[in-house]
Amino acid sequence: MEDMKAIQNEIHNDRRGFLKKVLAGTIGGSLLMVYSASGQEIAEQIPGMREEDSVFTKKNFVFIVDITRCIGCGSCCVADKNEYNVPDGNYRTWVERYIIDDHDEVFVDSPNGGLDGYTKARTDIPHPVRDTFFVPKLCNMCEKPSCTQVCPVGATYKSEDGFVLVDAKRCVGCGYCIQACPYSVRFLHPVTRTASKCTWCYHRVRKGLLPACVSVCPVQARKFGDLNDKTSEVYKIMREPHIISVLKPGMGNEPQLHYLGLRREVV
Amino acid sequence: MSAVAAHGETIAAVSNYIFPNDLHVHWSLMIVLYPYITGLVAGAFIVSSLYHVFHIKALKPVAQFSLLFALAFLICATWPLLNHLGHPERAMSMMLTPNPTSAMAGFGYIYSAYFIVLLLEILFIFRPTIVHLGVKANGLMKAIYSVLAIGSDNLSRKALALDHKIIAFLAAIGIPMACVLHGYVGFIFGGIKANPLWATPLMPLIFLLSACVSGIAGIILTYILLMKLSGKQIDVDCVQTLVKFLWGFFILDFVFEMLEIFSHFYMATHHWHTLEALYSGPLFNTFWVAQVGIFSVIPFFILMALSLIRFKDGILLFFAPIVSFMILIQVLLMRWNVVVGGQLMSKSERGATTFHPMWLEKEGILVAIIIMVAPVIILWIIGKILPFWQTDEGTRTA
Repeated sequence: MEDMKAIQNEIHNDRRGFLKKVLAGTIGGSLLMVYSASGQEIAEQIPGMREEDSVFTKKNFVFIVDITRCIGCGSCCVADKNEYNVPDGNYRTWVERYIIDDHDEVFVDSPNGGLDGYTKARTDIPHPVRDTFFVPKLCNMCEKPSCTQVCPVGATYKSEDGFVLVDAKRCVGCGYCIQACPYSVRFLHPVTRTASKCTWCYHRVRKGLLPACVSVCPVQARKFGDLNDKTSEVYKIMREPHIISVLKPGMGNEPQLHYLGLRREVV
Repeated sequence: MSAVAAHGETIAAVSNYIFPNDLHVHWSLMIVLYPYITGLVAGAFIVSSLYHVFHIKALKPVAQFSLLFALAFLICATWPLLNHLGHPERAMSMMLTPNPTSAMAGFGYIYSAYFIVLLLEILFIFRPTIVHLGVKANGLMKAIYSVLAIGSDNLSRKALALDHKIIAFLAAIGIPMACVLHGYVGFIFGGIKANPLWATPLMPLIFLLSACVSGIAGIILTYILLMKLSGKQIDVDCVQTLVKFLWGFFILDFVFEMLEIFSHFYMATHHWHTLEALYSGPLFNTFWVAQVGIFSVIPFFILMALSLIRFKDGILLFFAPIVSFMILIQVLLMRWNVVVGGQLMSKSERGATTFHPMWLEKEGILVAIIIMVAPVIILWIIGKILPFWQTDEGTRTA
């Protein structure tokens, strides 16, 4: 209340001066924001993206999740939630914890989508644990997406550069894409009432930046890059004789999200 | 458990893991009602066509009424969908800028085409009645009848003969259209490969047969109720014939519903393990106990008895509405078990979520009841303009 009175007094005493100050502050602040958000300060993370002759549609982006590296810290989920202000209870990305005991029983959980990190061990496993690992999940960015096939108005579509995106201005909110996605990566955004999902941070990639989750992963379990760039890490991984698979290959969706060291227990 | 597990094969009960985005059931009561209402429409139209196209003379008393019944429900078929959409104001985009690969995008076209055919058929069948009623009426009603007569009061033998040709043509193209309307609704579910309970080529067929069943049952129930309420004579031969058709369609419907599950069980792919968990768990009561046990097996035998044995009229007219009501519940349960049941399984193949409809939410029970009562009110209003029954005054024409 005291502050309010002081401000009111100031306005009363010198209206013109006050307006000048407000205007200067607004313009100055805006300029600072524009300058820092221009991306010029952050070094290019995807080689060649900012070159003038870079043809974006000529790139063949893939996402690789290395489940032998993931430690279940949940940093990726936190980064994602911050990047998109994802409403609670909905998940653009999440991390699952798999535990296999010596009776070959599989226990899976993902409390709060792994957002809080896996800091405590499960105590309800009846037999000695034989193996345990974490599996991050996100949009599979299918070559043949079910969601774009069923969308009645073409609001969800595949861009020329292979990204499956949602146009929130066209989406009617019928939920058909949510039913059709074999990977359950979609949800109905409670505020916009339209379908929403992971975009592999398309807005960042177009500026030559890695997806938010990739850039924060402390153990490089999430990798992103251009398969047409023969110097890229993803190119090397995909060329080398690793165990690489996709989720639900029988669905025929041909995901561009690949899993390094994928286990048969993972669905 | 075997040490060698197929891809993804686990004991669902042990982990009961649901994908975090699968907790919420997106398609709830409104999407249960949508195929239910369109099914009633398609089935009622089939009843009318049995008389107009296949000349089942015994069905003459309900031939006109079933068209009006179909119209009343068709008017409301879009309501649950519009209420369900996150952005109903963009609904017309489906017709203006449709995605050709989407099954759902076809709805607007199929619905509109069917609506036009049904409306035209009603106007032609009722044209002599409308002209007669228009002569007697005055004021607002006279204006309504003159609009409905589409500017023609010609009731000459030649004009009526032309009408009959048009009616037969409309009824004939109406049959495949009714089949498309409802077979298509089945395909909306049957075409979703990600959902093992939905993804079967039998789905359109099951939806279509259950549509016929629900439509015939709806006509039997409302015919007998309306006749009893108005103290008119019930045409027992008509009811008997309807019951026989109901039994015939229900045999096919029930057999295919069971065949679908049996095929899954027999082939026992990894999908069966999730379906098995569903049918023995969350769907046990609504599917096995209610849909199959109470509302399929019992009506099946009642219908069989009513069809094969010539009971006294009183017994037939006592059991026919009861068994019809049970069939209507059976079809509603089938819609529920398919639409909601299919979504209970998480695509993690390791667990199921739960769903309990609330009374007062946007897509809740109260709204569902309102949407189901609305066609009855619309039918009542239609009844104020056009007579339900051929025997009514002013309808005795060629």
